[in-house]
Amino acid sequence: MSHEPENYLTEHSVRSWLLTTDHKRIGILYLLSIVVYFAIAAAAAAMMRLQLLQPNNDLVLPETYNKLFTLHGVLMVWFFLIPSIPAVLGNFVIPMMIGARDVAFPKLNLLSWYLFNIGGSCALYAVICGGVDTGWTFYTPYSTTYANGHVVTMIMGVFIAGFASILTGLNFIITIHKMRAPGMTWFRLPLFIWSLYSTSIILVLATPVLAITLLAIAVERLWGVGIFDPNLGGDPVLFQHMFWFYSHPAVYIMILPGMGVVSELITCFSRKRIFGYHFVAFSSLAIAIVGFLVWGHHMFVSSQSVYAGMVFSILSFIVAVPSAIKVFNWTATLYKGSISYDTPMLYAFGFIGLFTIGGLTGLFLAAIAVDVHLHDTYFVVAHFHYIMVGGMVLSFMGGLHYWWPKISGRLYPEMMGRVAAAVTFIGFNLTFFPQFLLGYLGQPRRYHAYPPEFQVFHVLSTAGASILGVGYLMPLIYFLWSLKWGKRASDNPWQATGLEWQTTSPPLRENFEEIPIVTKEPYDYRPEDDPEHEPQAQPQHA
Amino acid sequence: MPEPDAAHAHQFESFEQQRDADTTGMWTFLATEVLFFGGLIVCYTFGRFSFPAAFEAASHHLYVGYGGPNTAILLCSSFTMALAVRSAQLGRRKALVGFLIATVLFGIGFLVVKGFEYHTDYVERLVPKWHFHWDGPDAGHAELFFWLYFVLTGLHAVHVTIGVVLLSVVACLGWKGKITAENHMTAEISGLYWHFVDIVWVFLFPLLYLIGHR
Repeated sequence: MSHEPENYLTEHSVRSWLLTTDHKRIGILYLLSIVVYFAIAAAAAAMMRLQLLQPNNDLVLPETYNKLFTLHGVLMVWFFLIPSIPAVLGNFVIPMMIGARDVAFPKLNLLSWYLFNIGGSCALYAVICGGVDTGWTFYTPYSTTYANGHVVTMIMGVFIAGFASILTGLNFIITIHKMRAPGMTWFRLPLFIWSLYSTSIILVLATPVLAITLLAIAVERLWGVGIFDPNLGGDPVLFQHMFWFYSHPAVYIMILPGMGVVSELITCFSRKRIFGYHFVAFSSLAIAIVGFLVWGHHMFVSSQSVYAGMVFSILSFIVAVPSAIKVFNWTATLYKGSISYDTPMLYAFGFIGLFTIGGLTGLFLAAIAVDVHLHDTYFVVAHFHYIMVGGMVLSFMGGLHYWWPKISGRLYPEMMGRVAAAVTFIGFNLTFFPQFLLGYLGQPRRYHAYPPEFQVFHVLSTAGASILGVGYLMPLIYFLWSLKWGKRASDNPWQATGLEWQTTSPPLRENFEEIPIVTKEPYDYRPEDDPEHEPQAQPQHA
Repeated sequence: MPEPDAAHAHQFESFEQQRDADTTGMWTFLATEVLFFGGLIVCYTFGRFSFPAAFEAASHHLYVGYGGPNTAILLCSSFTMALAVRSAQLGRRKALVGFLIATVLFGIGFLVVKGFEYHTDYVERLVPKWHFHWDGPDAGHAELFFWLYFVLTGLHAVHVTIGVVLLSVVACLGWKGKITAENHMTAEISGLYWHFVDIVWVFLFPLLYLIGHR
């Protein structure tokens, strides 16, 4: 410890953490926060799975069950998934990847973290006071008029956290536009940057609509007047339009960053340049743009006109195209690559398989006739968990393993990592695959009880959830273990090309001794017989 | 190469880079704001299309006598704001502070007029739910109109208030000589914000007061 060179972790005081403007430290603050929210939301899921072990279980009251799935949804969506890759990994690596000393607005970055946690505290306060049972979607008129519980407090939590999202998105957009190192042209940017740039556009343009919608609900609930109240001639479906105008793009906030991570992992661990760089880059933007035009597919059975439904259905098929482009390009990148099966790559493989299943079942749901049958069933639950968990959580874990040596300066135990990745994959599939079958057979979502013939699927699902829980706990334990006992990481343990690997592990306080000059495309990996990789940049005075 | 005397924050390489980042940041923030107000304007459009008669009748209860002069006040404030930014660019300290104070006074004037208008609305029992009273048909939809009116203008007034505070701070900075011809970004991006607040009103005024007005 004594002769350790100065880096961003050197200073230890609490004050130096709480008042930090260093993007790397803010990334770690976010990591600590989202682990807490994730643990609470996962505990809620565990309670639900236990309740569903038997057809008419009385482990929790029906009202409690409603509160559990609301808690699970709200925390997982707004306090884990949305900030997961952008605010943790994005904050940590974006400035380093583009060769900058920090994000464009470091103080705003810290403010985001405080807003995020004030929002999170509001949401948790609502839970402690008795909870909310509206579901994470806050559908009117239930949420405005009939629901008991602390809807307004919960909504304020999400509202405040929304501003954290907006500020993070704004910071990333400006950072990527204005802070790139000399020579870092747009088409030399790593694909992770492209995906987070697209994500940020959604954060900045969609979140304010959610904010105003939630504000309208709060006003309506408090004063009893409002545009969503059918008694006054308002329209609850208007709420659904406005909610999904945010929340469908938000689904892409919850997957685009994962796609960016996987693009990094696939190239690095197959030692090949990405296949079709421009296609992968522009498909991120295409998803962000077309993703704004598909919200109506959540409302095929909500009295939306047939013609609107048809248009939304077609657009939903179209938005699958750029996702498919990515999957094909990743697969083509693997072709004749020199593949190694390190932990991050195992997560990336898991991502590709599960995301493909999640995406294709999304097409089932985009077809109007099929959706009428499957709407609001476990099929939908399974579909979006394949994207959110199978996609985003797996890529988050992959990215965390990949950048862990950079973040902590230590190596995690590789064998344990591989076992955990396998356990997660098995547990996940056992949890959610039976739910496709359940949904197809007609079990609606959000019910605390069910007919006895569904029990076998629910038992399988609960068994899977406990395996999945082990898959989550293992990394938590060995990451913490590695902080003290892990082997010291070299600057570039994966022999990767990105700029973030050309500084020390852990990085210096301002990332680089001097700003590097970028001379190459991002993924200039050499084939297996030449283990030397070509870094993307060279020192200024080479 | 950066001028040695132009100070920039540690994360930037040059002053130009910082200036670019600040301006683009404000424009991006304004894009967020457009969507923020946009959501409510969608609600308003929905109401206007669904209940045209009630909304038109309700809008007749708003006084162009308040809204019109307020529009003029805000347009004048944008003019003085533009002059303030110009003075900052030219490094004229006193002119900068003077024009900023004028802008702040216009802003306060707007809020005062708005306050009187809200008071009139209150006296005429147009505040939804509080003690709303409506003689014509379709009282529910008229109430909806006033709900939208209060939320829209209220949010706008909040933005004006923030702008007044912001510009007062900028005026203080200008007085202390912190804003110079080389380093006038604070004035410029505050100006962008102020013009945005102005433009929102330019949309709200016809939407709420003028459509169907005779």
